[in-house]
Amino acid sequence: MSEQIPSSEITPESVFRSQSGGRASRRRFLATAGVLGAGALATSAARGFMGAEAAQAASLATVPSSYTVADQQTPFAKATHFNNFYEFGTDKDEPARNAHTLQTRPWTVQITGLVKQPKTLDIDAILKLRPIESRVYRHRCVEAWSMVIPWDGYSLSELIKSVDPLPSAKYVQFLSLVDKKQMPELPGGYDWPYSEGLRMDEALNPLTLLCVGCYGEALPNQNGAPVRVVIPWKYGFKSAKSIVKINFTDKQPRTLWNEIAPSEYGFYSNVNPTVDHPRWSQAHERRIDASAFPRTIPTLMFNGYGGQVAGMYAGMNLKKYF
Amino acid sequence: MPTRLVPWLKIFAHLACLAPLAWLLEQYRDGALAADADPVNTITHFTGNWTLWILLGGLAITPIRRLSPKLGWLIRLRRMIGLYAFFYATLHLATYVFLFSGYDLPGAIAGIKAGHPGVVVEQWKAVWPTMLDDAEKRRFIQVGLFAWAILLLLAATSPKAALRALGGKTWQRIHRLVYVAAIAGVVHYLWLVKTGVRTPWKDGAALGVLLLARIVWWARKRMTKPPAPKARPPASRTQAVRG
Repeated sequence: MSEQIPSSEITPESVFRSQSGGRASRRRFLATAGVLGAGALATSAARGFMGAEAAQAASLATVPSSYTVADQQTPFAKATHFNNFYEFGTDKDEPARNAHTLQTRPWTVQITGLVKQPKTLDIDAILKLRPIESRVYRHRCVEAWSMVIPWDGYSLSELIKSVDPLPSAKYVQFLSLVDKKQMPELPGGYDWPYSEGLRMDEALNPLTLLCVGCYGEALPNQNGAPVRVVIPWKYGFKSAKSIVKINFTDKQPRTLWNEIAPSEYGFYSNVNPTVDHPRWSQAHERRIDASAFPRTIPTLMFNGYGGQVAGMYAGMNLKKYF
Repeated sequence: MPTRLVPWLKIFAHLACLAPLAWLLEQYRDGALAADADPVNTITHFTGNWTLWILLGGLAITPIRRLSPKLGWLIRLRRMIGLYAFFYATLHLATYVFLFSGYDLPGAIAGIKAGHPGVVVEQWKAVWPTMLDDAEKRRFIQVGLFAWAILLLLAATSPKAALRALGGKTWQRIHRLVYVAAIAGVVHYLWLVKTGVRTPWKDGAALGVLLLARIVWWARKRMTKPPAPKARPPASRTQAVRG
């Protein structure tokens, strides 16, 4: 199965080289973006970059993961300069320009709702809870473009198990940071904070990633630093960024895009080529990779993760629960 | 403006209208477009935006000209600007057909160079159903195509020969469809953005102001000069008298 191939074996050399070549500028970029000073993040000597800027690099020590696809990876520059993170502006290039104002330390994540003992977790404790895995996932945006990104993190289920939810907890809600001071571009007309959610079994699926980095480094601010979730079989907007609260509930939580346009963005929002968005077909996607013009490729059911997730939706009408 | 300056003015207007396209081609040439994560989306929005802006620019000529008799020369640019609006609208449509639809344009070009022109048709066959589906299902596509069809009609009837063949009155009636095209263009934009995106309202507001200026002009004309039944002088002469 393609998802079981370790990334080290499949990354084309040209892609690998272009990534290494871009490293110095990337570090400068990270420095500007203000994600440095992440004390607890281990610097990985194995990465072999010893420039002046490397001393304070926010590299992550990662272990390979079998949850990795063989598709050609999206270059770092594209994955970090083409973002939907409306809190920092509604244009795709705005988060990269504006998110430097986000303060990622100190950072805590509140665990609330139907858990044995609600508590507040420090980001550094979250980083140390489990080994950080590097997983190359397909990322399909509801807007019909897609990327292939090496995310770093571990299964959300590990965190959920450690906080002991009550049997009555049926859903998990993720709430993102909202702070006008750190987000001067925060647009009006949205019911902030950003809220997303999953059914409990979806949250416990090993593919659901609690993500703290990408491309072997701490998450750039515009990608949802310092901690987000990544749910690769759902449209990108389900994967909440810059999470400050994880709430366990017995009712389906409110989700921001669903509130804005219920006919366009369902609670489930599983990648599904047979269910159109009202304004465009979801049968194809523009794959953003190293090529100059994105190729249009067919979209796969559950973004190609059917083997791991289809069972959760057995017997469900996915046209109704889109 | 002295008549001898008019050719220079036209050259300037040509350059101004071609500048956005030149900028886009330069972005392609120097690789900036390739570094763009979603260049197809960028080109689509770029050509669409400039279609609307040039169309609004063309519609601004008449109200501005009416502000002062000294601005009468502006009218000489109106047809050219209208034709450029059609030009960018066609680029916009071509972007949709040959890039946005999933048509593998680089592949088709490579095919032609390699002596396999059949690739062009094969590509077309592959993307045609998606476009048909779009045209059937999506109202923003329908209204956009409608606006383009109007601009095509206006461009086709823009030569002086067409004016003579149709007769001034019919010609003018047909060319008033430009208002419908502009409204359809703004509606096309409004219907395609997601909830909360407000940029189409800016174009809509500009169009509103330009249409309102015409209504105010027309209402004032009626109030100051009750229309004599039948024998009305042509509009242009009335303006000259009023000027």
